[in-house]
Amino acid sequence: MSSHAHTGHAVVVEPSGFIRKYIFSIDHKVIGIQYFLLALTAVCVGIVLSLLMRFHLVYPGAHLPLVSGGIMTPEQYLALVTMHGTIMVFFVLTTAPQGGFGNYFLPIQIGAPDMAFPRLNMLSFWVTFLAFVAIIAAFVVPGGAPISGWTGYTPLSGMGEVTGPGEGMGQTLWIVSISLFCLASLLGALNFIATTIDLRAPGMTLFRMPLTVWGWFVTAILGLLAFGVLLAGGILLLLDRSAGTSFFLPAGLVVNDQLQPHSGGSPLLWQHLFWFFGHPEVYIAILPGMGVASHVLSTFSRKPVFGYRAMAMALCAIGFLGFMVWGHHMFLSGMSPYSGFAFSVLTMSIGVPSAIKTFNWIGTLWGGKIQFKSPMLFALGFVSLFVSGGLSGLFLAQPAVDNMLHATYYVVAHFHLVMGVAAIFGIFSATYFWFPKMFGRMMSEPLAKIHFWFTFVGAYCIFMPMHFVGLAGGIRRYADATGTTYAGVLQPVHMFMTYAAFITGAAQLIFLFNFFWSLKHGAIAGKNPWNATTLEWITDSPPPIDNFGGDYPSVYRGPYEFSVPGYRQDFIPQNLTPEQAALLK
Amino acid sequence: MSEAEFEGIVESRWSGGASPFAINSKKLGMWLFIVSDSLTFSALLISYAYVRLETPNWPRPFEIWPAIAKSSFMTFVLLSSSLTMVLGVNAAFKGDRKKTVRYLIATIIFGIAFVLIHATEWVTLFGEGVTPWGNPWGVPLFGGTFFGLTGLHMLHVTIGVAYLAIIAWGFGKGKYTAEHVEVSGLYWHFVDLVWMFIFPMVYLLSVNPK
Repeated sequence: MSSHAHTGHAVVVEPSGFIRKYIFSIDHKVIGIQYFLLALTAVCVGIVLSLLMRFHLVYPGAHLPLVSGGIMTPEQYLALVTMHGTIMVFFVLTTAPQGGFGNYFLPIQIGAPDMAFPRLNMLSFWVTFLAFVAIIAAFVVPGGAPISGWTGYTPLSGMGEVTGPGEGMGQTLWIVSISLFCLASLLGALNFIATTIDLRAPGMTLFRMPLTVWGWFVTAILGLLAFGVLLAGGILLLLDRSAGTSFFLPAGLVVNDQLQPHSGGSPLLWQHLFWFFGHPEVYIAILPGMGVASHVLSTFSRKPVFGYRAMAMALCAIGFLGFMVWGHHMFLSGMSPYSGFAFSVLTMSIGVPSAIKTFNWIGTLWGGKIQFKSPMLFALGFVSLFVSGGLSGLFLAQPAVDNMLHATYYVVAHFHLVMGVAAIFGIFSATYFWFPKMFGRMMSEPLAKIHFWFTFVGAYCIFMPMHFVGLAGGIRRYADATGTTYAGVLQPVHMFMTYAAFITGAAQLIFLFNFFWSLKHGAIAGKNPWNATTLEWITDSPPPIDNFGGDYPSVYRGPYEFSVPGYRQDFIPQNLTPEQAALLK
Repeated sequence: MSEAEFEGIVESRWSGGASPFAINSKKLGMWLFIVSDSLTFSALLISYAYVRLETPNWPRPFEIWPAIAKSSFMTFVLLSSSLTMVLGVNAAFKGDRKKTVRYLIATIIFGIAFVLIHATEWVTLFGEGVTPWGNPWGVPLFGGTFFGLTGLHMLHVTIGVAYLAIIAWGFGKGKYTAEHVEVSGLYWHFVDLVWMFIFPMVYLLSVNPK
């Protein structure tokens, strides 16, 4: 078939040295695995931090071995909050679905030999890696990790050591890390967009792209537009801290009885810059998961995606609206009621494309020959968590309700379900689904199912009661609420959540074991173990260096031709010509 | 054009196998970078507008002579560099290597001149006591926004000078094509365009009214 479209990529030679092959590789598949392993490392750190927090919430007076002074101080608790949020949002939820699976599968699914800019791709990964080193380094510098939350709210984050331990070197490293991450991500996003636009195989029209590709494409557009703004915010914050400016620092601040030498700045400005990035960021985390869920639900229902075009358009609509709603994070910060009203209505309008997606996921399942394989279970879990977590978003979108709930655990429960755990379920689904393609072996199905049930039930056990803690007035970010009567009575619920968190955390060891055990001992997968239709399944597992062994496919049909009436086979790969497909009748 | 015809064109252009815009990926990549970078500068300029509007007594210290004259001259230098860049790209597509390199070198010289004049301006301001954290006119953020905006822009010009030097060297050796020159030109014009926002917003809006 034709390879003329890929001039400039004609010959791809596998590099011979270890370093060029596995460390400084320009192969998108190796880079994808590097991103994935980075995220895997990060998620382990993030989970440990969250378990420490859960432990501290129920045993605030316990002596801990690694904590200096034995008992955790409120500042140390806030450092855990900050680092957990930062590591999870940036280095797991952004890195794994987009950097990991997007990098690996976007070029293969559109029939390309690599990304448009392989060297830039390598640069993106290594800058992300540097950013990760910087954030981890914040743990060990004098003063320790920053305490201003993953949102780095000013003035706390802008003034240096005077505002607390961790606000010295630790906070500076946090900003450096985030700025580097922005740079890497916007270069990566640019690469994804150029690849999707330019390198699609002949016949791969936009509406023949798998919904996973749509997810990564829209996510990349969000990244391109959002990370540049946070970069600007990061530069200004760094100037405030190191050049003595006052962009985010108002006059008359008194900290520890010292009048601070700042004047004229606005903490609200930081919130605007941060959330203009921050809200699209939550869609950067979830949109690839939506793509994976659609893809997997269709494959394991043996049915085409219900309303494919509506699904693609809904992704675009969510991405577009995502840029107009940042103000709903700032209802409590003080805002004109008119702006609050506008942000509120726009926020609730995101419910429309979200409902379209949910409706179509159910439509895809309806009447299908459902196979409950592990990727399918996690995709179903994704839909369930997205709905459970998303519904509370409609309550929080209303300023009057949000004013009461914003500083409580209700919000924590909401965003953990809808963007945290749901996105993680997308990642798990993708891992179980594509592991055979990436490593040539199947993961253990029984272990995967045990992992699923523990994680699914566990996630609900942690985060459902959390809503009620929030409604009862349990304030988030407090290191120890046992001293107050109204919050103290909630301790048994906290205890339950903590036990659930430890059990769910331990269940992730099953996944880790399954992952590394299957690398060596899993059953050989073959080219197409799931009988799927998209282009990654027509090539070897793992794919050769140029993805298709020089035989680049052309595309003749849509991505989800399952159970087409009149055919003997219940799936028709995208690259089959009408003549080849006719032989299957 | 009927809707069906329009859809036909879109489908054929976007049906895969080739770039829908009929340009190489490098150029598309540079355009995308420019989109992202312009958002970074927009965020900075909007932040500047935000703090300036919040401050009732924002200083307007620049005299027509020498500050505005100097910055106008800098603007002129930067615009001239864009002209030589255009001529360089034009020569590159005509295949005239020598002329291209000469125009690129002229662009680089204008770029360096801009940075040097800008640097003398910074030094003068330092001498008058204007720093990122303070100045004689009482609103410290004046210096913060001034040095922040012009500093980031200067960084872009400096990177552009290095970028053009690599392109000029490679094009002279026959390593790069006219497209490479054109893509570097996109970056250079963008950096120019950013100045066309900074010059009025930072300098002209701060002319001493007296």
